[in-house]
Amino acid sequence: MQHSIVRTTDVKKSFQLGKHQLEVLKGISLTISTGRYISIMGPSGSGKSTLFNMIGGLDKPTSGKVFIDEVDIAQLDAYELAWLRCRKIGYIFQTFNLIPVMTALENVTLPMTFGGTGNDEAVERGMGLLKQVGLETRFSHKPSELSGGQQQRVAVARALANDPAIILADEPTGNLDLTTGEEIIDLLKQMSSDRGVTIISATHDFKMLNVSDEVIWIRDGRIDKIEKREELNISVGTIDER
Amino acid sequence: MERLPPLPLSKSIEIAYKSIKVRFFRSLITTTSLVLAVAFLCYIQVCNNLANALFLTGEPTALQALVKAGFDITPQTTAIGEDAKQQWIVVLSLLVCVVGIVNAQLMAVTERFREIGTMKCLGALDRVVLLLFLIEAAMQGFVGATTGALLGCVSGILSSLSSLGTALFDSFPLQTLLLTMLKATLTGCLLSLVGVIYPAIKAARMEPVEAMRVEQ
Ligand SMILES: Nc1ncnc2c1ncn2[C@@H]1O[C@H](COP(=O)(O)OP(=O)(O)O)[C@@H](O)[C@H]1O
Ligand SMILES: [Mg+2]
Repeated sequence: MQHSIVRTTDVKKSFQLGKHQLEVLKGISLTISTGRYISIMGPSGSGKSTLFNMIGGLDKPTSGKVFIDEVDIAQLDAYELAWLRCRKIGYIFQTFNLIPVMTALENVTLPMTFGGTGNDEAVERGMGLLKQVGLETRFSHKPSELSGGQQQRVAVARALANDPAIILADEPTGNLDLTTGEEIIDLLKQMSSDRGVTIISATHDFKMLNVSDEVIWIRDGRIDKIEKREELNISVGTIDER
Repeated sequence: MERLPPLPLSKSIEIAYKSIKVRFFRSLITTTSLVLAVAFLCYIQVCNNLANALFLTGEPTALQALVKAGFDITPQTTAIGEDAKQQWIVVLSLLVCVVGIVNAQLMAVTERFREIGTMKCLGALDRVVLLLFLIEAAMQGFVGATTGALLGCVSGILSSLSSLGTALFDSFPLQTLLLTMLKATLTGCLLSLVGVIYPAIKAARMEPVEAMRVEQ
């Protein structure tokens, strides 16, 4: 049994909508071991993003616990939580979320700056990361001067800035066309095997199935089933129309 | 779990400076009301400074010119300063200016919700976001207030020149004018900071999940 990097125990989350209580997560317990490529699959509205926010320490569960590296993140103070978000986890968003006023390189080095890395080292490592995602010649471009796929590549480089243990990606291909989406998936897969970083990606993009070590199917706020790579190979042929 | 080290001030200043530079027109809108209010404040005071300097010479021709220009001068008058009505208008204009700044900054926070949320996901503490907004406001305040003070001073001198004549230059109160400009500039910086406090707190308290929101 590998060390578990993320563990949730009976996580529930409700939103108050006026007088109405909407239970989005209805008790999610899962264990994710280090270095795996995990996809959280489910139809739109099933609670993937909500679960993603809980695991990423961006929102608090109504009940239940989330452990990152066996630390209960509800116990962390603001500084420790900031450290977790900065050093331990890299985030990738559906809408890329690069800082519009900063260049590609500045976007990549920002988490290093927040993490206390000096300027020269940050620039050097930032250029190295941009090179890895194939954008070293675009380092001085603003996000508005880059295509969607290129912006997401910068976002991948930024997510890797502080050598995180986990990369959380919420619909990373949601705003990309088919081929660009595939490129991002390949890039994530490559980062996962090169660096041993755990990748957790919420998606309803079936292209993700090919590269996942494990797929967690969510339906209506509950875990529907968990499939391992071996079991997947059988079903991929029927789902994947590629 | 480890804790994040504080962000060096120089880095915050660098980020804030870039943010203003790139959003030049946005900053211009935020700053315009400040420029106008400070210019008005400075204008009124410079006019009074000049008139007072002329008055203090005691020359009969100077007094005549002042009366002709509409200043109330009686034998009891010892100095010319703002009258109650002028003070009222200045205070009102400064108040309007602060409201304008609060409004513009709140809009800026709303426009930047995703950016702020993203920064928090990348490890920015509340105080870092707060500080960024304060530094931006201080920079805008300084530039805006200096511009306003210069504008106000120049127009004050020109307007006094046309109403009081060139006799002005014989008693030109350079030091007083510089002091007036300095005070107006500082007032402007203060207003800019006061105006950003509430919006900045709002930005700092913003939850990182805001960054995730996808427009439907
Ligand atoms: N902040 C919120 N307030 C109220 N309802 C929310 C909020 N966030 C998500 N929801 C609801 O929770 C459900 C699941 O949302 P989400 O986790 O975004 O699903 P997915 O990412 O799988 O599409 C949806 O019905 C959505 O409307
Ligand atoms: Mg979602």
